[in-house]
Amino acid sequence: MTTSLRIVNGKLYDPTNDIDGESRDICIENGKIVDSVDTDAKKIDAQGMVIMPGGVDIHCHIAGPKVNLARKLQPEDHRLDPHPGSALMRSGTGGIVPSTFTTGYRYATLGYTTAMEAAVTPIGARHALEELHDTPVIDKGFYVLLGNNIFLQKLLQQGRTEEFKQAVAWWINATKAYAVKLVNPGGDEPWKGKRNSNVANIDEKSTETDLSPRDIIDAFIGAVNELGLPHPPHLHSNNLGHSGNVSTTMETMRTAADRRLHMAHIQFHSYGGELGKNPVSAAQEIAEYINSHPNITCDVGQVMFGKSTIMTADAPLAYMLRGISKNKWVNADTECESGCGILPFSYQENIYVHALQWAIGLELFLLSQDPWRIILSTDHPNGGSFMSYPKLIRLLMDKEFRKQEIKSVNQKAINKTILQDLDREYSLNEIAIITRAGPAKALNLKHKGHLGVGADADITVYDEHEDKELMFSAPRYVIKSGKLIIEDHEFKQDHIGRLLHTSPDYDETIIESIRPFFEKYYSIEFDNYAVNDSYLHDHEVIPGIN
Amino acid sequence: MSENIKTVKNATCTFCGCVCDDMILTVDMDEKRIIKAKNACVLGRAWFSQHTIEDAPAAMIDGQPVSVDEAIEEAAQTLMNARFPITYGLSDTTCEAQRQAVAITDFIKGTIDTTTSVCHGPSGLAFQGIGESTMTLGEVKNRADLVIYWGGNPAESHPRHFTKFTVTAKGMFTPNGKKDRTVVLFDVRRTASTPVADIFVQLKPGKDFEVLWALRALVKGRTIDASIEEETGVSLETLKDLVERMKNCRYGVFFFGMGLTMTRGRHFNSGALLALTTDLNEFTHFVAKPARGHGNVTGADNVLSWQTGYPFGVNFSRGFPRFNPGEFTTVDTLSRGEADAALIIASDPASNFPKAAIDHLRSIPVITLDPKETLTTKLAHVAFRTATYGINTGGTVYRMDDVPISLRPAFESPFPSDEEILTSLKARVHELVLAGKNQQSALKTSTSLNA
Repeated sequence: MTTSLRIVNGKLYDPTNDIDGESRDICIENGKIVDSVDTDAKKIDAQGMVIMPGGVDIHCHIAGPKVNLARKLQPEDHRLDPHPGSALMRSGTGGIVPSTFTTGYRYATLGYTTAMEAAVTPIGARHALEELHDTPVIDKGFYVLLGNNIFLQKLLQQGRTEEFKQAVAWWINATKAYAVKLVNPGGDEPWKGKRNSNVANIDEKSTETDLSPRDIIDAFIGAVNELGLPHPPHLHSNNLGHSGNVSTTMETMRTAADRRLHMAHIQFHSYGGELGKNPVSAAQEIAEYINSHPNITCDVGQVMFGKSTIMTADAPLAYMLRGISKNKWVNADTECESGCGILPFSYQENIYVHALQWAIGLELFLLSQDPWRIILSTDHPNGGSFMSYPKLIRLLMDKEFRKQEIKSVNQKAINKTILQDLDREYSLNEIAIITRAGPAKALNLKHKGHLGVGADADITVYDEHEDKELMFSAPRYVIKSGKLIIEDHEFKQDHIGRLLHTSPDYDETIIESIRPFFEKYYSIEFDNYAVNDSYLHDHEVIPGIN
Repeated sequence: MSENIKTVKNATCTFCGCVCDDMILTVDMDEKRIIKAKNACVLGRAWFSQHTIEDAPAAMIDGQPVSVDEAIEEAAQTLMNARFPITYGLSDTTCEAQRQAVAITDFIKGTIDTTTSVCHGPSGLAFQGIGESTMTLGEVKNRADLVIYWGGNPAESHPRHFTKFTVTAKGMFTPNGKKDRTVVLFDVRRTASTPVADIFVQLKPGKDFEVLWALRALVKGRTIDASIEEETGVSLETLKDLVERMKNCRYGVFFFGMGLTMTRGRHFNSGALLALTTDLNEFTHFVAKPARGHGNVTGADNVLSWQTGYPFGVNFSRGFPRFNPGEFTTVDTLSRGEADAALIIASDPASNFPKAAIDHLRSIPVITLDPKETLTTKLAHVAFRTATYGINTGGTVYRMDDVPISLRPAFESPFPSDEEILTSLKARVHELVLAGKNQQSALKTSTSLNA
């Protein structure tokens, strides 16, 4: 039921429109924020409450082939966390990789109304779209994995950069994706074809293609920026998780020069020290670079203690971690396109490396000088569940709480960081930036992340509370596309949400270049590859920036 | 043959788990039948030629023709009145229909299970315990230089597996097809597939686990006694030779069938094979894949997993999904006489379940959706005749390697699709659930007024 609504007396945090805690009325009609509504519109009195735009998760893993493998893998985890249904809502299971319905409902209960699945193989796009259709309340989209695509690399090898750009645009259209994702570029071939090895250096040339990871990254940054896609390349750079990877990360960012680039889960890429030995923090170096380079956006990929599941297109990484944890392990190769590794995992306070990772994430948040370009994420479920966002917010907003938490983790790790010296506390306005306005801006979602007239009526109303974890765990009202989904903490109605994707123009002759390669090396027919419109539920094409 | 002939290119055969999507169908549009299926194997040709439109009512109650709407109402009432309703089948219909079926079962707090529980269910359990190193079939075509089949007979069950993906297929790093590969077959007897193998290993029936465990031991450098031959029928020499081949190949793959999963040991067997695959990754790249049977059984596993967290054998009686194979799997809920109504979708349990299960099925109201008359539709209280997926309907199916493919229907059926029937049934069931909820709250209000 779409209704006209007026929210009065609340304190607004709307950084995009420079509103920092002032009392303003918000009027809602037909799913949008409007200037005014009839006087008989339903009124919500938000006296003593904080109003923010709905949260936007720029990087999570919630739908598609690898997520479903990880779900299937962990019945023991679902069993502990059932999610009962009602006459209005579907049931499901939670845990670290919740079922689709539960994922949507739980995002809503945190006040999040948009989330982006960060890694889908092109051939698995239909699967991701089917799951996203079954992920209620939130608006959603996904990033398509192109960084180890063999055909695209062949074009680069032959210097056909214009065709490369056209093919990238074709792939976005063929899969209904929102952005381009690169994961450990150049790493698939050694993994699949050279006895589970990996690429170690950003300038190491492949013997097959004569391309280095840097060549691939540079080409994608160029193509995506020229195409003017709403979001720049979303990059999981090489050497994730390895001691000393800071040099790779720095070189990767330098490759972008002044072009737009999004660095995914940068915490996992901010380690000093020597390969094979214990890492140390390189957060200062990374933060300094990002602070002084406005072309770079990043999400943190904060580690939170407790259960996690490693799920990544970076197959060598998952295998390396399997060597440590010996847990059940999934590897899944996708022809010509991607690798994938999955591993149930847990982060523990007393373990040096885990405590260091936790501290580095917090350092990055606290050292950042521009909250618009550092976005809150746990790389769900890699660093921890999205359900831990409220606790993470408290860690950022409450230095006494943070100090207390620091005491309970491995002190050797803490001593390798400057976390104890950082007294900064995030304000509500800054939280609104790193969870709403910032990600919406990085995604170029002009109708999201703010409360101005014309914005989508995706709104969260929190009771103001000293304990910020409590406050952000349970909004009193959640409004999605103008529908009152949660009222007085209670689910009132279901909603399907929209699929967000982009559709850059391309030269159709590129299809005939792709076809012969495809017919030779893929196992399905080329004409059955591109996803048709029947897989789009309610959807919106987000225009590019050109 | 009429003049009205249509050609459908890139159509998909949904008969087996290969889900070949390179069919060229010649369709007689007047007679509503497929007269030629180019590229189809012997099974596919039969699948396409036999799915014609039969003159039959779209819906029946107790054998009497009724309108579809009447049948929907009766089906909804039957399910709502049951205390332990079960949903079963699903492996021969689209994901779109499967999604509706899970929704219905969720709303009626029933139990849902698929044919996985009687084929690769043990592999599903092994997956949950061990994990799995796996791949899409194109990777095998492009890279595999060692292909090992275990407990399956693809020449007869998946006739195009060898040519399209695994043996003669030429790929990126296997330009000479079969010359670039070694093919090994493990089985308890010679079959039509045996001639394809470079190495045929005949083991004693029921000794799969022992052979797999010995291979694991050898891979890890342990000593195995020569008496293994007496125990399993396979000599130590053969095992050692195979282990060397496995460790030294560039890209190795196991395909395993019901000869492994449904013999003594079941999920221990599948688990041993998956664990061996994991172990081999210390030396080289190695993957494994269950060779799934029905056209969209893989889709059923996927849909149940994303909607409930579990792949089969799911019960909603407490208002949320619970998983317990042996308790919530259909053979068990029927054999123990627990189910009191059954919604059977695209499956014929009355023809292949144990006697106790079939006897119970006869004693409860059964609702069926099927394009054909079967032993199960004959005993049904409400029987819907539906369009055949892939021939008359579009939709999505998942190949045995989880690759989703869209169907291209050849001709229209006068019968509704499974998805259409289930969507209507879901809507009606949901109405009844909401009405029941309102009734309950009305009851509560009146009680409190009385008090």
